[in-house]
Amino acid sequence: MTPLQPVALARTADLPVFAGAEFTRALARRVGAGARLLTYYGRPADDPAEVVLTAALIEADGLQLLRGAVKRDQPLFAISKDLPQFQAYEREIHEQHGLALPGHPWLKPMRFEGRNLGRMDDYAFYQIDGKEVHEVNVGPIHAGVIEPGCFRFSCHGEVVYHLEIHNGYQHRGVERLLLTRPLGHLAALVERIAGDSSIAYAWAHARAVEALAGVEVDPSVDFNRAVALELERIAMHLVGLSGLTTDIGFLQGSSTYGRIRTAAINASMRVCGSRFGRDWLRPGGVRAAVTPALVADLQKTLRQLAQDIGECNALTIESRTVQHRFKGTGIVTTAEALEIGLVGMHARACGVDMDMRTLLPGRAYGEQPVASVVEPTGDCWARMMLRIREIDASVAWLLALLERTKELPRIRAPITKLAPDSLAIAVCEGWRGPIVHAIETDSTGALRHYKVQDPSLLNWFGLALAVRNNEISDFPICNKSFDLSYAGNDL
Amino acid sequence: MLHSIRVRRSQGWQFIPDVRKADPKGFRGLPHISEKPCAEGCAACRDICPTGAIALEPFRLDLGLCIFCGECAEVCPQDKVVFTNDYKMAATTREALVRTDGDRAMTPPVADATFKKLFGRSLKLRQVSAGGCNGCELELNAAANVNFDMGRWGIDWVASPRHADGLVLSGPITVNMATALRLAWDGMPAPKLVIAVGSCAISGAPYVDGTVDRSFLGEFTPQLYIPGNPPHPLTFVNGLLDLLGIKK
Repeated sequence: MTPLQPVALARTADLPVFAGAEFTRALARRVGAGARLLTYYGRPADDPAEVVLTAALIEADGLQLLRGAVKRDQPLFAISKDLPQFQAYEREIHEQHGLALPGHPWLKPMRFEGRNLGRMDDYAFYQIDGKEVHEVNVGPIHAGVIEPGCFRFSCHGEVVYHLEIHNGYQHRGVERLLLTRPLGHLAALVERIAGDSSIAYAWAHARAVEALAGVEVDPSVDFNRAVALELERIAMHLVGLSGLTTDIGFLQGSSTYGRIRTAAINASMRVCGSRFGRDWLRPGGVRAAVTPALVADLQKTLRQLAQDIGECNALTIESRTVQHRFKGTGIVTTAEALEIGLVGMHARACGVDMDMRTLLPGRAYGEQPVASVVEPTGDCWARMMLRIREIDASVAWLLALLERTKELPRIRAPITKLAPDSLAIAVCEGWRGPIVHAIETDSTGALRHYKVQDPSLLNWFGLALAVRNNEISDFPICNKSFDLSYAGNDL
Repeated sequence: MLHSIRVRRSQGWQFIPDVRKADPKGFRGLPHISEKPCAEGCAACRDICPTGAIALEPFRLDLGLCIFCGECAEVCPQDKVVFTNDYKMAATTREALVRTDGDRAMTPPVADATFKKLFGRSLKLRQVSAGGCNGCELELNAAANVNFDMGRWGIDWVASPRHADGLVLSGPITVNMATALRLAWDGMPAPKLVIAVGSCAISGAPYVDGTVDRSFLGEFTPQLYIPGNPPHPLTFVNGLLDLLGIKK
């Protein structure tokens, strides 16, 4: 059996278009019946009074597309009221396309774009009444060297009752820029949307473009890209572990994980010239070859890395201060994770087995499966342990691949033309979770619409739930344990 | 305790003893430009550059716009541009980032006597990301890690703008972040400097035509430019050492 592909392609004319409420009912029914929602977004229709809605669902037989059209002046009832996992998507649709969506509990701007641009301060935060309730505002500039975002806490004493996350500071107008540039220039931009996930973004982009161009890449390209992706996962999980241990003052973990990351990203640099794997992948193939010398280099690096990480892991896991701070802190239950539609590593840390590399493995992970890692407890400890175990799994996967690989050559098929009037939705499981790229072409084959989705769009709400009833002093470790992307959310 | 010491011993020394003479293998850093004239009518490099960093007749490559993808070197039929792993690319003027025929190693920034006196033994920096993708932020964090260890020269990140001698700016300055950036800057006591890190901060590329507001840099000219996308921590650390007149 061929493995399920992480990409869906359709001629737009072949997609049935459901009208308004009929579409949302059909979508809610399928999600209610157990289909996993991968993405849901709008785009302007030919008729300016209309918006086209598109959803991608993961069903037992693979990725399925569902399309609807709605008049702007016709009230479309929000699905979020019954299925909270739609809340972020519907907030985005409301902000980008102005649909009223009655019934949505909280249509806060997702990233203050369009008519909300420049109005970060012009917003009334959710308030809790009560004599001893006080508010704490953190951000947009944080204490460390990190991206900007704003957190507004409603607290009772030290206990957080509610956290409202205020994002949009990083909004650069990426989706519009992607429509104004030549096709060949897009990959470089895509890699720089959320720069800690360059490879995952580049791969999702390449998959969508290749599907539209009708180009099937050589199997070695898939494995070459998977080497890049797993190195990125290892490096960024090490950043997470270093950050987590920093935030609790466990300095040996902080320094050691940090410097092991250097070894991991320097390996990426020796392959492709960039410590972030930038400009390694391109639609049509890969620019960097994993030569026989590099195969040996990566094997040696990964073996050393595994040994060094193992030592540091043992020290970290047995430390009572680490256990005390992380165990039971910032819990999101499995039921909550499913209800709000958490994805990626944050869902897996809540006991939800959801990894695109196993659900829609494609060629590389179909031929050589990767073990999906799940931690049941949903606390900061689970998110730390998940990173530790996923690093181990990625190292093992890479070593197994390199063992049977002589080289992964540089291959780059030219891509000049895309199929007209078509829609491709592709996904790649980055270190945080699924990165989704949806590209639609017009009648000439030019890009008509580009939708980018980072897992952070959905998972920020998980952080808000995690800190409830925790002490505000534990917020930094909850936040670090999620380590979500501001730039990926704000686009 | 004993376990901790054992692990520390096994991990060994990790710092780079001389950041002036490091050899980052494979790094796509400073491009060397040959004197050879381009083939007549050839504009392959200019056309493939995703950020418009290259101009022809005469040939110019602007490191402030360059994202170091290396596509220009790949399409050039005669090796006009060759990327090296030289990480010493910092400059004190915007003009010095524009490379042309025959340009190879860059002249290191000349130490500023005032900065040297004021900050030569202690420089506290407040980083502000204004639309950065987390690439520069990760590399700037790395500059303070045990490998690059800029703390050994008294250079540190601080949380409060009130404690800062300089602003380290990353990102193209989004419209939504412009006010917060200005507030942070206004909160810093004078004398203070601006350091622009990465192509986004230096020129806006690749987001120059996005929802950005560059007026802050119109008002305050950076004292140091650190090219890259993102820059290597070595580029950042060496640039600072040059500016402060620290030998090694």
